Amino acid sequence: MDTSALFDFSPLVQELDKILLGFWATIRLTLTSAVIALVLGTILVAMRVAPTPVLRWAGAAYVNVVRNTPLTLVLILCALGLSDTMQLTFSGDPTTNYFWWAVAGLSVYTATFVCEALRSGINTVSMGQAEAARAIGLTFTQTLRLVVLPQAFRSVISPLGSILIALAKNTTIVIVASYLDAAAQMKQMFDDYGGTIPIFLGFAFGYMVLTLPTGFLFGWLAKRLAVAR
Amino acid sequence: MSTNVLFDAPGPRARLRNNALTLLSVAVLLFIAYLVISTLGEKGQLDAAKWEPFLRGDTWTGFILPGLVGTLQAAVVAAVLAVIFGVLFGLGRLSDHRVIRMVCGGVVEFFRAIPLLILIFFVQAGPATLSGYTMSVPAFWAVVIGLTLYNGSVLAEIVRAGILAVPKGQSEAAYAIGLRKSQVMRLVLVPQATTAMMPAIVSQMVVLLKDTALGWIIAYEDLLNAGLKQFAVNYGNLIPSAIVLALIYVLINLALGALAHRLERRSRRSRTSAAGPVAAPPAVGAGGAGTGATATL
Repeated sequence: MDTSALFDFSPLVQELDKILLGFWATIRLTLTSAVIALVLGTILVAMRVAPTPVLRWAGAAYVNVVRNTPLTLVLILCALGLSDTMQLTFSGDPTTNYFWWAVAGLSVYTATFVCEALRSGINTVSMGQAEAARAIGLTFTQTLRLVVLPQAFRSVISPLGSILIALAKNTTIVIVASYLDAAAQMKQMFDDYGGTIPIFLGFAFGYMVLTLPTGFLFGWLAKRLAVAR
Repeated sequence: MSTNVLFDAPGPRARLRNNALTLLSVAVLLFIAYLVISTLGEKGQLDAAKWEPFLRGDTWTGFILPGLVGTLQAAVVAAVLAVIFGVLFGLGRLSDHRVIRMVCGGVVEFFRAIPLLILIFFVQAGPATLSGYTMSVPAFWAVVIGLTLYNGSVLAEIVRAGILAVPKGQSEAAYAIGLRKSQVMRLVLVPQATTAMMPAIVSQMVVLLKDTALGWIIAYEDLLNAGLKQFAVNYGNLIPSAIVLALIYVLINLALGALAHRLERRSRRSRTSAAGPVAAPPAVGAGGAGTGATATL
């Protein structure tokens, strides 16, 4: 047994700049996809609660199909299918192109979860709230803006935090879309140095530095802003 | 439409507006459909030659069904192991012994906080390096062990939540009639918690099944690999294949989702359990005010 595989942390130091670049790619992918997924998810939830059956049906169909497809397949379809096979590209530069296709895949997938979280947030607001708002003469927009949405928003903080963390972890799968992030860097180091425990723990620590504080921040926010019922 | 907190029952003007909105949305949706289909057509993705292989039996018997078997094998083995892992560590987190509680908690939170893919990479490469390249982990076991550790940790949280969802009076009554700790757990808490956590467990199976697709990355012979690498390369029909495979995944997962939904309804009505259904656990730390809104990605 080779003890260097157990205790040798030096590869992490030697490749520190590459590792940090990998995590920087992870952060950029996460934040960009998070913003787009939030916008898409909001549009989707607007469709799913719309007074128009056609829109509700289309929103539900999109959510059910995309949410039940593996993210790996979504990203393969984006990068190998739409980009490589069909030559639909965002940019002539391959790195930029694959970055945006990875973001596209992550966003359309994550948006379905954002949509479902927002929808269940709206469902936590009881009918009586809206009825009371109408009874005192608030208009539709006032009911939405002053009564329903503030309560719905507060109850989805924790689920949205969970989705953001899942998204950060899911960015590892962009390896199939030919974009290199921290996970790809770890794979590269496994190939160069062998699959040692220190390298694994180093990257696991890196991901925990991203996910745990995010989790505690959202948990704290959710508690602080909880609706007293 | 169903009663909805957002909208009042529509009057004549609202109905007119809704009808106009319906027409407009139909037009927009048709336009989007037209764009997608015409783009696919322009790039030759709708050519009969690319779709015709799916009408032949040998495509299904030679590639898709063996791939599906590979996917289901990994999913079933991982599901069984994950449930065992989840029960052990979920109960471990509720142990009266501080050390067991902390160890189980640490393990569960660690595997939930890191991406599944780096875990799979490590399971595949780690043992080889540690043993001085005398042993190697087959791709099947790398996928299964990774899935077990991650989903088992999520299930552990579900088990814990399920046990905690049983009202305190139940265990107090059980202790009062003289049952021992193990009997209280075995005879009173676990049976009721099982009803409460079944929907969440089945929902987690959807996550597990979807994650078997990670096998593509480490070249495990799953549905994705059989359908997209081996088969699609022969016919140059990556996009049609991806669409067909996606449909297969969607159908299986919709069936599992419908099962979870039915179990949840049953659990809500159940008179054999005092506990209501539990939701999937939030990410580490993110559990704020309970909402019932869940995210199982």
